[in-house]
Amino acid sequence: MAIDLTDQVVDASAGQPVISARDVRVWYGTTRGAIRAVDGVSFDLAPGETLGLVGESGCGKSTLGRGLMGLLPEGAKRDGQVLFRGRDIFSLSQKASYQLRGSELGMIFQEPLTRLNPLMRISQHFEETIKQHEPDLSKDDIRERALEVLRLMGIPPTRYRSYPHEFSGGMRQRLMIALALVLRPAFVVADEPTTALDVLVEAQIVQILNDLRRNFQTSLLLITHNVGIVAEACDRVAVMYAGRIVEQGTVTEVFKHPQHPYTRELLRSTISLSTTGLNFIPGAPPDLVDPPDGCRFHPRCPEAMTVCASKNPVDMERPGGGRVECWLIGPESEIPAGGKQPLKQQELTVADEA
Amino acid sequence: MPTKPDTQTGTGPLVEVRHLSVHFQLRGGTMARLFGRDIGTIKAVDGIDLDLQPGEVVGLVGESGSGKSTLGRALLGLVPATTGSIRLQDQDIARMSRRQLREIRRVVQMVFQDPNAALNPSMTVEQAVGDALRVHGMRSASRRREGVVKALERVGLSPVELFLNKYPRDLSGGQKQRVVMARAIVLNPTLLVADEPVSMLDMSVRAKILQLMLDLKSELGLTYIYITHDLATAKYFCDRVAIMYLGRVVEIGPTEEIFAQPRHPYTKALLSAIPEPDPDKMVPRDLPRGEIPDAADPPLGCAFHPRCPEAVRGCGWESRDLRALVEQHWLRTDMAYDEEQAVIGDLDHLDAPATSATLGTGGAGAVRAILDRVRAEDPGEPLWSGVTSIEDAGPGVTVHFEPAEPPALRRAGGVDVACVLYPDEGTGRASD
Repeated sequence: MAIDLTDQVVDASAGQPVISARDVRVWYGTTRGAIRAVDGVSFDLAPGETLGLVGESGCGKSTLGRGLMGLLPEGAKRDGQVLFRGRDIFSLSQKASYQLRGSELGMIFQEPLTRLNPLMRISQHFEETIKQHEPDLSKDDIRERALEVLRLMGIPPTRYRSYPHEFSGGMRQRLMIALALVLRPAFVVADEPTTALDVLVEAQIVQILNDLRRNFQTSLLLITHNVGIVAEACDRVAVMYAGRIVEQGTVTEVFKHPQHPYTRELLRSTISLSTTGLNFIPGAPPDLVDPPDGCRFHPRCPEAMTVCASKNPVDMERPGGGRVECWLIGPESEIPAGGKQPLKQQELTVADEA
Repeated sequence: MPTKPDTQTGTGPLVEVRHLSVHFQLRGGTMARLFGRDIGTIKAVDGIDLDLQPGEVVGLVGESGSGKSTLGRALLGLVPATTGSIRLQDQDIARMSRRQLREIRRVVQMVFQDPNAALNPSMTVEQAVGDALRVHGMRSASRRREGVVKALERVGLSPVELFLNKYPRDLSGGQKQRVVMARAIVLNPTLLVADEPVSMLDMSVRAKILQLMLDLKSELGLTYIYITHDLATAKYFCDRVAIMYLGRVVEIGPTEEIFAQPRHPYTKALLSAIPEPDPDKMVPRDLPRGEIPDAADPPLGCAFHPRCPEAVRGCGWESRDLRALVEQHWLRTDMAYDEEQAVIGDLDHLDAPATSATLGTGGAGAVRAILDRVRAEDPGEPLWSGVTSIEDAGPGVTVHFEPAEPPALRRAGGVDVACVLYPDEGTGRASD
């Protein structure tokens, strides 16, 4: 490897997070007002760790991923602080953040075919990617490096000079991952990388992602709506609802002892092979132009209390480790008198359904 | 399970599918068409037999390209059958004219996967649902509205007044799928073909729509074909499951038995590959390699054999498998690739399916040495047991394989399986 990042990781961090996000906000401007797609999100990512970011459509998980990469569309504003190895990537100049992307920050998208140039051979994709960051590397060196990554992805060297259309869907996603990893970035965002794939191919890709930490020491933010994939491939999980992370912790802790009612209901409504009854969450996620007061989940929450409708929940240490935002956890001292009374909920009908 | 009331009345099947095939001709380029050159055929559905009992939920499960959607569409006459028959109420859907098909669609209706695409954006909910009534000759607008209101109430879209004048863009995903359901039941059909009805929906909504489908089934006495790639919902929802691969049914039987004791290696692989939301359960490492192959040139013998973790001698090994094996070898030993590739030469010609494969440019001995090296890496590779002989051929060698037929469905326990590992029990599968 030409850029060996491992040394830097060791001396600069020694247990320090690769990514440390604090109070990240991303707002989209619309004629109705600002959509607060991500509204105050904080998390850390350790070297070689995989964090699963899970939530339903519209919860802001993809926006967060793109926001971290600096790939937001025009009309979007981001705010907060994201330290990448101690440097705030939100306050970098355009040029500096351009240089960081690809070599230090990588991204894997959902639809591989739309991200590969149909007129370019795979070899040309690698040449273009690597030359952007290491203009002096010879074609042979590029080939050698590309083939090594491709091998780890299970793509035989005979296919190096093929075009994207000559590959199947799963192979294309492997190519995307190889392209994202060939420069050995320290941090990669994978946005629904398996959603367009079949079950068996999905499982293959999940295993590749699972092996990333061993083969590349990459920190991965894995964005998905599939809690099964989180259980399979992630160390920690962050559950997102209406622009906020409502609960985060190790996968085992959060999935076995969910503290936030949304986490619990999301897990309960998932249909898996062990499902014996159908459960669902009534109502729909809120409009993020004008989210409900207090806890954003309270109109749908089966355990809502009166405090939940009026006061924002406080970020708390989660019993068993991690963070959670829910008045059920406390703090007691901030709940006003009578605040623990069950909230009288409006009845939710199909008219409010997602 | 309480969700599966036993509604079988024993009056014989509602639908009988016999030897149904749907083949699509590939068009090819202008020159090919001009000179009538045969480009090939895609056997989307290839000789399927299926009975549907009244009140039953049958799942068609498989990956994309397995032919499950084509089979579902053939049941409505949306794609023409190449051969075979689909008997419903003493008529053959496979032989119907357009006019007859329109009539039969009072009885058979379809629910599509993507509610965004299935609804016309310029039609209100009332128009969309009422259109089916209009097409089937209900002239009176007030009677149409009556029918629409009834259907919307049935699918839970009440108060109806809130929805009648809405456009699809005003509705959430779950509501749209309810409108699609209302449109499907407004004509009081007997059979609903539901093609991935919940795949596009969020987890928290899926269960609601499935529950709605179960409610409609018991209220209206519906029979369902449930097409899905998701074994988890199929397990919950279906009475019987047919696992499909490249246009054929590879395993079919009662849901409980298929899930408790999967027999076909493909079924086993599908089941083990589903990521469970339980951190203690992990997907096994020995997943089938590769992906569903090109349906225009399916593998010889059993279509699943190139990916099968349990493949044996009689599976139908062929030239493309040898290519894959050599490429697999080059994934392992990075040092030797350039030299070995020079000896082996181009492998592209092996992509034409054949039971013999000629390869090599660097001399028969050198090629044999490489093949021996490949073999030594994994002596248990079943491909080698299917090799009948290797003979010298010019600068390379020719590898001959034992030919094999695709396995037919045979009885095994309570299910039917198409796999060489399950030879006939002797009872003989009657296809009816």
